[in-house]
Amino acid sequence: MTTTVERPAAPPTPPSRPSVGGQVRATLLRWWRQLTAMRTALVLLFLLAIAAIPGSLLPQRSLSQNQVAGYVTDHPTLAPILDRFYLFDVFSSPWFAAIYLLLFISLIGCVVPRAIEHGRAVLAQPPPAPRHLHRLPDHATEPSPLDLSGTLDVVEEELRVRRFRVARRAGRYGPEISAEKGFLKETGNVVFHLALLALLLGLAGGKLWGYEGSILVTEGSRFCNTFQQYDTYSTGALVDAADMTPLCVRLDQFSAEYEENLTAASFTADIDYGPAGSASRNTTIGVNDPLRVDGDRVYVTGHGFVPVFSVTFPDGTSFTDISAPFLPSDTATMASQGALKLPDIPGSDEQLALEGFFAPTGSIQGGVLTSIDPRPLDPQVALIVYRGYLGLDSGLPQSVYSVDQTQIDRGTLDRVGAANLSVGESATLEDGTVISFSGLKEFAAMQLSHDPGQIYVLGAAIAVLIGLLGMLLLRRERVFARAMPGTGSPGTVLSVGSLTRGSADTEPRFTALVDDVRRALERRAIAAPHRPAPSEENPSS
Amino acid sequence: MTSSSLAALSDTLFSIAVALYSVAVIAFCAELAFGGKQAPARSRAFVGADGGPAGPGPAVPVGPIAPSTADHEPARARRVGEIAMAFTLLGALVHAGVLITRGVATGRLPWGNMYEFGTAVVLVAVVVYTVLALRTPALRHIGVFVLAPVVLSMVGIGLFLYASAGPLVAALRSSWLAVHVTSAILGFGIFFVSGIASVMYLVRATYEAKVAAGQRPLSRVVHRLPSAAALDRTAHRTAVFGFPIWTFAVIAGAIWAESAWGRFWGWDPKETWAFIAWVVYAAYLHARTTAGWRGRPSAWVNVVGLVVMIFNLLYVNIVSTGLHSYGGLG
Repeated sequence: MTTTVERPAAPPTPPSRPSVGGQVRATLLRWWRQLTAMRTALVLLFLLAIAAIPGSLLPQRSLSQNQVAGYVTDHPTLAPILDRFYLFDVFSSPWFAAIYLLLFISLIGCVVPRAIEHGRAVLAQPPPAPRHLHRLPDHATEPSPLDLSGTLDVVEEELRVRRFRVARRAGRYGPEISAEKGFLKETGNVVFHLALLALLLGLAGGKLWGYEGSILVTEGSRFCNTFQQYDTYSTGALVDAADMTPLCVRLDQFSAEYEENLTAASFTADIDYGPAGSASRNTTIGVNDPLRVDGDRVYVTGHGFVPVFSVTFPDGTSFTDISAPFLPSDTATMASQGALKLPDIPGSDEQLALEGFFAPTGSIQGGVLTSIDPRPLDPQVALIVYRGYLGLDSGLPQSVYSVDQTQIDRGTLDRVGAANLSVGESATLEDGTVISFSGLKEFAAMQLSHDPGQIYVLGAAIAVLIGLLGMLLLRRERVFARAMPGTGSPGTVLSVGSLTRGSADTEPRFTALVDDVRRALERRAIAAPHRPAPSEENPSS
Repeated sequence: MTSSSLAALSDTLFSIAVALYSVAVIAFCAELAFGGKQAPARSRAFVGADGGPAGPGPAVPVGPIAPSTADHEPARARRVGEIAMAFTLLGALVHAGVLITRGVATGRLPWGNMYEFGTAVVLVAVVVYTVLALRTPALRHIGVFVLAPVVLSMVGIGLFLYASAGPLVAALRSSWLAVHVTSAILGFGIFFVSGIASVMYLVRATYEAKVAAGQRPLSRVVHRLPSAAALDRTAHRTAVFGFPIWTFAVIAGAIWAESAWGRFWGWDPKETWAFIAWVVYAAYLHARTTAGWRGRPSAWVNVVGLVVMIFNLLYVNIVSTGLHSYGGLG
């Protein structure tokens, strides 16, 4: 006897785990899909906006070193913590860069497939008509006196007049028409987003290969475009000193004009410029009107006064026409402060310095000199004279525009006199040194900039605007029509439906289209009233 | 007339415009008050073909004596609403006169300091609202919520931002003033209306959610507002109109900065906040097509955008000292 042993069915084998490579790939793909999702783009946009906020509320090094230094002095415990997080250099910080780089990767990941898809759609025919045209947002049904193909002929004509791209098919549910137009809307979308990317690349290129230098130039002096000559400069990582344009600029005269109520009306600088050593050209530059030559731009960014002194020493030697720019501390009245340092004095080991306050139109109120007018109507200077060791070679940095306070504190620099002088007046120190305020010149703060990327940024910005206008203002429309045999003496029933993106009021346009079709059908029926009866199998394309 | 008397006329017209707008606010309030009784429960379910709540149900009290108009508004309320629109229009004309007399008095475009800029922005907002309300009469019902901030803004501008008529500072003497500042004014004014429409949408959407849940919220004012969908559409369309204008304003500002400040973009506080506003409005336009962000969340984004724009105007010009401090104060 044989017994059949029922063996239980073997449990199904679990699916094998994907290989490590497969798992890694799946994770990366999941992250990529998250990154290119619209929701992520929204979050990154908000992060970008929030990240820019501290860059506008806190002082930034790229805008004003002085303000940052002031903030650090005012907030000695908080400032180093903020500095640690790059909060004084927000826009060049790694975390800000991370946000916009992620945003751009998300953008690329989203836009490139869409652009490819759009390219395919532009080249392809409009898609087949959906089965239920009455489910489209705009739809209508019209009886037609013509036969199937005649009806669709009329519809096709009306659509072509409206510049639709039309495709006619013998569909599963009857002869049908699919029409589409408005590709420029999606083209605008793609152009907008890609132009943003181009803008970023242009910005980056300009930063890498661009440079900028600032210098105070007194009337009569000149500067050339080399890093050593500038007071401050910044340069991109890929800039070589040899790449800099050999351009020299000489300031002939600076003039400032004021309105009656002392609002500044114009600042102009007459300059000579040209490549070093060759004949120079003359021009006038001013606010809103820089010099543009060979990809470089030269601006006037500020101005001030340069009081001129002469110092006569007890032994008879004299320094004449020595001057130093005094920096304005108040642009409304051009009240300025500065210092003139004389490290080499004949007949003495000691050094001399004049530190003071300059007023283009001075008035002494309560013993203190103040400036009441930015025009040089009555220039006065209030000086304090120091003698001793200036500390210029001490290794400690000091400002050009003021005397080193540490030397005064240490007692190595003594105050030996003070005077308020008008032009032409002089003061005599105890030891017989005569200091006279002999005249006045002006200086212009000039800036030379070179940004090879900026023209591309401009082009990209214009493309952004054009793409944006296309994306927001144009409509993307699809119209579908199907002709079916109907009951009764009009032989055909025409069903039309439309789908529009980018426009809210689609009804009037759709109604106008349907009205036009109806009128055209009537006209055609009147024109050819003896058409043969419709035949279902009428080939339509 | 001499320029100083024109400048004085400009200031007088400012006060007259504020007075006219205030009368319009009162009239819009009256229109809301006369508009009818408390909303019936579930009336939203019976939307008629004309978009308003269809005929009275058994529990709904009939409106006041006079016959209703198409959106079931009593004739008295409609008349008061039309009076309010008339005062708004008149106020806008006088308001335009403020800027025109200023411009003639100083011989330049009247946007050289914050007082003039703010006045122009508010005028653009009023004009945009008036155009919308004339085309879509239902938007008249939010008149008080647009005009009241307008009146408050003008009072604030007149009290705190006033600068007497004078010449432009040297840095602003450029043909870019007509391009950059004009487009900034237009963009800001349009976003002003968009933001208010979004605020009203949030209020109305909460109300409609309560009605749909079967509650009977007591607010009669909110009942009179246009539907949430209409408000959302208004907010979106104005934002779509304003966004390219703002983009152009920022680009024009950058081109001007390249001539005036030595570089086209330096993260000056004004530039940064203009950028932040641009990003927020870009986020708003993205949010409206993102699942989960439609409706109320994107309306909040729009409100944030308006707050950023106002902050940009006030904080940057008054408090921070950047290159763009043409406040004209002090």
